[in-house]
Amino acid sequence: MAYSFPEEVLEYVFAFLSSDKDRNAVSLVCKSWYEIERWCRRRIFIGNCYAVSPQIVIRRFPEVSAVKIKGKPHFADFNLVPEGWGAYLYPWISAMARSYPWLEEIKLKRMVVTDESLELISKSFKNFKVLVLSSCEGFTTDGLASIAANCRNLRELDLKESEVEDLSGHWLSHFPDNFTSLVSLNMSCLGSEVSFSALERLVSRCPNLKTLRLNRAVPVEKLPSLLRRAPQLVEFGTGAYSAEIRTDIFSNLVEAFSGCKHLKSLSGFWDVVPAYLPAMYNVCSRITSLNLSYATVQSPDLVELISQCPNLKCLWVLDYIEDAGLKALSSYCKDLQELRVFPSDPYGAEPNVSLTEQGLVTVSAGCPKLQSVLYFCRQMSNAALIAIARNRPNLIRFRLCIIEPQAPDYLTLEPLDTGFGAIVEHCKQLRRLSLSGLLTDRVFEYIGTHAEKLEMLSIAFAGDSDLGLHYVLSGCESLRKLEIRDCPFGDKALLANAAKLETMRSLWMSSCSVSYGACKLLGQKMPRLNVEVIDERGPPDSRPETCPVEKLYVYRTVAGPRVDKPDFVWTMDEDAALRLS
Amino acid sequence: MEGVMSHESDLNLKATELRLGLPGTEESTAKNNKRASPELVDDGQLFKLESDAKAGDRETAPASKAQIVGWPPLRSYWKNNVQSKRTEAETGNYVKVSMDGAPYLRKIDLKIYMGYSELFKALENMFQLTIGEYSEREGYKGSDYAPAYEDKDGDLMLVGDVPWEMFMSSCKRLRIMKGSEATGLGCGA
Repeated sequence: MAYSFPEEVLEYVFAFLSSDKDRNAVSLVCKSWYEIERWCRRRIFIGNCYAVSPQIVIRRFPEVSAVKIKGKPHFADFNLVPEGWGAYLYPWISAMARSYPWLEEIKLKRMVVTDESLELISKSFKNFKVLVLSSCEGFTTDGLASIAANCRNLRELDLKESEVEDLSGHWLSHFPDNFTSLVSLNMSCLGSEVSFSALERLVSRCPNLKTLRLNRAVPVEKLPSLLRRAPQLVEFGTGAYSAEIRTDIFSNLVEAFSGCKHLKSLSGFWDVVPAYLPAMYNVCSRITSLNLSYATVQSPDLVELISQCPNLKCLWVLDYIEDAGLKALSSYCKDLQELRVFPSDPYGAEPNVSLTEQGLVTVSAGCPKLQSVLYFCRQMSNAALIAIARNRPNLIRFRLCIIEPQAPDYLTLEPLDTGFGAIVEHCKQLRRLSLSGLLTDRVFEYIGTHAEKLEMLSIAFAGDSDLGLHYVLSGCESLRKLEIRDCPFGDKALLANAAKLETMRSLWMSSCSVSYGACKLLGQKMPRLNVEVIDERGPPDSRPETCPVEKLYVYRTVAGPRVDKPDFVWTMDEDAALRLS
Repeated sequence: MEGVMSHESDLNLKATELRLGLPGTEESTAKNNKRASPELVDDGQLFKLESDAKAGDRETAPASKAQIVGWPPLRSYWKNNVQSKRTEAETGNYVKVSMDGAPYLRKIDLKIYMGYSELFKALENMFQLTIGEYSEREGYKGSDYAPAYEDKDGDLMLVGDVPWEMFMSSCKRLRIMKGSEATGLGCGA
């Protein structure tokens, strides 16, 4: 006997589902569940802005209050995606302005955002609350001024590493005097100085301000004034942390920091003068997150700071920390979950610091909760990787960058296949992996076989033949994103595993051996993929079919071929063979 | 370098291959050979990876790291923020630091420090000692250690007499002196 819940009951139940996966599963049960679910989904995540169109999203989900969209492929971060490639926000905003007047949140990553888009956002959404622009570009501080002036209920403005054309610091002064709703402000990527008194007044009148990340232009002498007005701060980013050594500045800082009993996260620290680091010691016992990636400070000073932070969960630091500092970290910070070590001198021919694989091995041994690693270094060995794998089978993210491409195991001169093999074999929950060093096809056999939960894989200067790519594409059940540069992978593996690509978000291959002919074949055979050739040498038709393409970006989509392509991007589809160059 | 063809026979890829060409279309072996040939490939982008790499010999590595686009994988945003301090500093002003009685020397970058007090703090940390109070008359009072440096002329000088900038440009090497030797320096003998 069939019965059904009233719609209102189902809707109430569905409201408890926050994960997109769960909601997607629910919507597949039957038509009526699909209908109920689509009317009550409030938060949308679009992992690839070209996988779907604004019209399709709006048609399916009519009442959305929060949108998160990602644009360019990850390798755009390293200048591998040419300027003008795409990922424009404007079409999304113009469609949503009409259909989602109550939109509250927009979070973007690697999108091109114009001042026009920002102005449209500020005027179209009356209850707009959250704007997060992560690694975006295309806008100026004028766009920020529109947001500040018009978004009366703004809670969060986070510019996270975006490239902003900084015309002046005047934008901050556009927040009205009766504006008091700010909870989070991250302007650390901006260059210009904002009016300090405007900043002080803003901080004073926003009692819920929890996150304040200043830009480099705010000098350390001015920090106490801000901290005193916001003792409720949880996350704080300093500006340039340097001044001549004066006891009054120092004691003001100590006092101001001491007043912040809720601080958990610190960042900033450009141009650090080590003598001022102890000013923070009073708050260090509560600190869980420390971003010192701009702090050009030597190991002893870093160690002294870190030794005061027993509750540290996340540390981003330069390789000035050295192996000795990492050893100290592993003994003081037993709660550490995430470690990122960046290179202070990536282009130098010789190492400038004493940071080796040993530091990472020590941390892996001493920090039982370590799950996320990003590590730049100049030497690695299979023995070290095997040790790390055995020590930390709970690793979820492991990104290793050995600075010299194709560097072998420095002890044995062998490839690092067995080392990375151990990582994927022991770390069964691994979701993200970046490889480096000398690697043969064998490492891909290990990865394809063992990395069952792997979702994102980054490969550079590795492998011997198509076999490598074939192992990955025919294994790795959970693979969603694959990005490859400068590897001898070609047509065979790609064509043999075409169906796999529909189960993934995207594939990027640049400076590999994939021919134009193979791209065309793939495009013709797989209508639900966009197979895009990026080639700045001119139309691929003007070269032999066997000629490898410069770059290939393949992604599943329900939106059909892009309509906003620049002249160096070609979509391979049924018409590709007929199209004139 | 072994071509794709030899691997193919190992794995018998052909048997399981998804053939997308029309029946009767043959795969030209010439195609595979051409792929390995550099002249059809845009220069600079396709990294030469063949047998050199397998042997662990990296003689075909590019002239300098900075010339590979996007490697090491660092965001330009980050590079601008950290490297801009380095561009003026180049490789820094590293000088050796020796301490009497220590088994090995250390190296520090003088450019990191804003002045003498910071330098001393770093030295105190590094060698687990205390440096006394400086006075023009008596050198370093209040501890067994005195910091000295070797200048451009090879003379052993007491640290602290000249302005910091002048010190930075003339200091070639630091030496932390201990005990009676140290006190001798301060007395203008």
